[in-house]
Amino acid sequence: MSVGASELLVEGEPSVEAIELVPGEVTARSPWQLFWRRFRADRVAMASGIFIVLLILVAIFAPLIVSILGLPGPSVQNPNLTDAFGTPIGPTGAHPFGVDPLGEDVMSRVIYGARVSLEVGIIGTALSTFLGVSLGLIAGFYRGWADTGLSRLADVVLSFPILLFGLGIGAACAVNGCLGGAIQPGVQTIIAIIVIAGWTYIYRITRGQVLSLREKEFVEAARSLGASNRRIMFREILPNLVAPIIVYSSLLIPVNILFEAALSYLGVGVKPPTASWGQMIADATSNFQTVWWYMLFPGVALLLTVLAFNLVGDGLQDALNPKADR
Amino acid sequence: MSTSAEPLVQVRDLVKHFPISRGIVFQRQIGAVKAVDGVSFDIRRGETLGIVGETGCGKSTTARLLVRLLDPTSGTVLLEGEDIAQRKGAGLKALHRDMQMIFQDPYSSLNPRKTIGSIIADPFVIHGLHREEGERKKRVQDLMDRVGLNPEHYNRYPHEFSGGQRQRIGVARAIALQPKLLIADEPVSALDVSIQAQVLNLLRELQREMGLTLVFIAHDLSVVRHMCDRVAVMYLGKLVELAPNESLYGFPRHPYTGALLSAVPVPDPSGGKRERQLLSGDVPSPANPPSACRFHTRCPKAQELCATEEPPLEEKGRQTLAACHFPLTEDEVRLRLPAALSAAK
Repeated sequence: MSVGASELLVEGEPSVEAIELVPGEVTARSPWQLFWRRFRADRVAMASGIFIVLLILVAIFAPLIVSILGLPGPSVQNPNLTDAFGTPIGPTGAHPFGVDPLGEDVMSRVIYGARVSLEVGIIGTALSTFLGVSLGLIAGFYRGWADTGLSRLADVVLSFPILLFGLGIGAACAVNGCLGGAIQPGVQTIIAIIVIAGWTYIYRITRGQVLSLREKEFVEAARSLGASNRRIMFREILPNLVAPIIVYSSLLIPVNILFEAALSYLGVGVKPPTASWGQMIADATSNFQTVWWYMLFPGVALLLTVLAFNLVGDGLQDALNPKADR
Repeated sequence: MSTSAEPLVQVRDLVKHFPISRGIVFQRQIGAVKAVDGVSFDIRRGETLGIVGETGCGKSTTARLLVRLLDPTSGTVLLEGEDIAQRKGAGLKALHRDMQMIFQDPYSSLNPRKTIGSIIADPFVIHGLHREEGERKKRVQDLMDRVGLNPEHYNRYPHEFSGGQRQRIGVARAIALQPKLLIADEPVSALDVSIQAQVLNLLRELQREMGLTLVFIAHDLSVVRHMCDRVAVMYLGKLVELAPNESLYGFPRHPYTGALLSAVPVPDPSGGKRERQLLSGDVPSPANPPSACRFHTRCPKAQELCATEEPPLEEKGRQTLAACHFPLTEDEVRLRLPAALSAAK
């Protein structure tokens, strides 16, 4: 195949790539391939992404990592590690992050704490995204009463003082769980609060996008071909929503992680002995002038995690909407 | 032009009003935009019917009523003698096999997240045709070849194509089901002039090959002249003139048609004296149109009768139907459109 012919085939693309192409299979870069090329070029977002992947691996393999590092389990209390006045020992070779006043290893607890943060951040965000997208599609597509009802409901939820609401639910579900035990105390309660409070952001974005997309001519074209409402919603409109949904839900993850930390800090979230960064920070406030390591390490873990998710979210936004200026 | 006895489509007293409502929860209607207000015409088999008019005169609404993208407020559209408003469910789906539409904006009419192959295959998927994948792909590539696209671009996305190519994709999608009636809603007004002719010629070619009946909507009178057998002129939701191509361009009877033609630039500047008939003012609001003849507020020939009695659409000679009490005379046309009349003779 001559170079000239191949250039004709792929119009304007570099001939180096063109030569590798087999006629009949002219490759096209899908929007996703274009997105990936742009995302890969963003070093900060890529580094943050790698950090998140590592963090997820650490959370999944927490028991393995803790035993490889030769640390005690997160809930193993060793009174020998505190002095006569109850002050725990600081960072040493055996306990790189020190121990807490109960004689538990801080590093081990920070590693296990990643599980709670990621669980809440990812599951809570996934559920509230699913709920928000579903309701937003319905409201934006059908408009009318469905839209009025759902949008007013979202307004009501948005005007809740979410932290107070979370404190209330957390306290109410603290002992025996809520809804006849369907929501257990701890992580499940926090996720429930996040879903109740968090679907509204995604809902509003989805609804707005659907309202504008449903007026596009390609939707009219699908309708004039005889497509059903369901087909139009899922095959024509939903694929165009994927980019904004990914961006906003990736920015929702760090918000939810912080929310979990706040609830645990305030004592209605994850309860000891389960390790949670927020609850560790809360625990450390009483004597952090002497036991500074007990607050520092979970705090840094929280900061880095939230920062990484935010940077990845920004990177996704840039890569998915290269034309949008922030 | 062979025309069998029964027209393909009969439109009778078609009306579409869009309600204007106020209030958020308790809405009440405070008026209506009379987008199409009592329009009747026939579409003959195999012909190309042009619909022209200014922006907002109801051309596109008429097109959408014809394919039932909108439901009429009143009036009927008969396809081969059958009222399309009665179609529901499977019948409505079958209707879409007979009538297809080409849209104005080639940038918004193709879903940016789908490949060209899957866009053109959509009609087959929706109607459950050519279920076998290889067969379907072959059909799609045949269609692409037919409209002048490279079939190897099957896997490309709309953003990789130019406006003209995109409009060809829209054409391929519209002819996939081999419809009887193809409605083109300003198919070339978003394209460069150099590309317009290519797309127009493609449509004519397909019409000849497939025996399509074409409704061609445009605001460019020279494009319509190039394409159409008969031309309907709309003003504020009303049909003001319906005439064969030669009659309309040669001897327009409605003063509005005269004004439109007089606004077309003449390629020969030495053509000499012609009294250009300029319209003053804007098109009145379709929410509150003038009484009786809607053109009387801007018409150079308007008299008292025009504000009180609506002129019917009736034969004014040369197979021209016009809705006017005081149609243009031959002398007036000669004065204002010297080129038009001489060309017709």
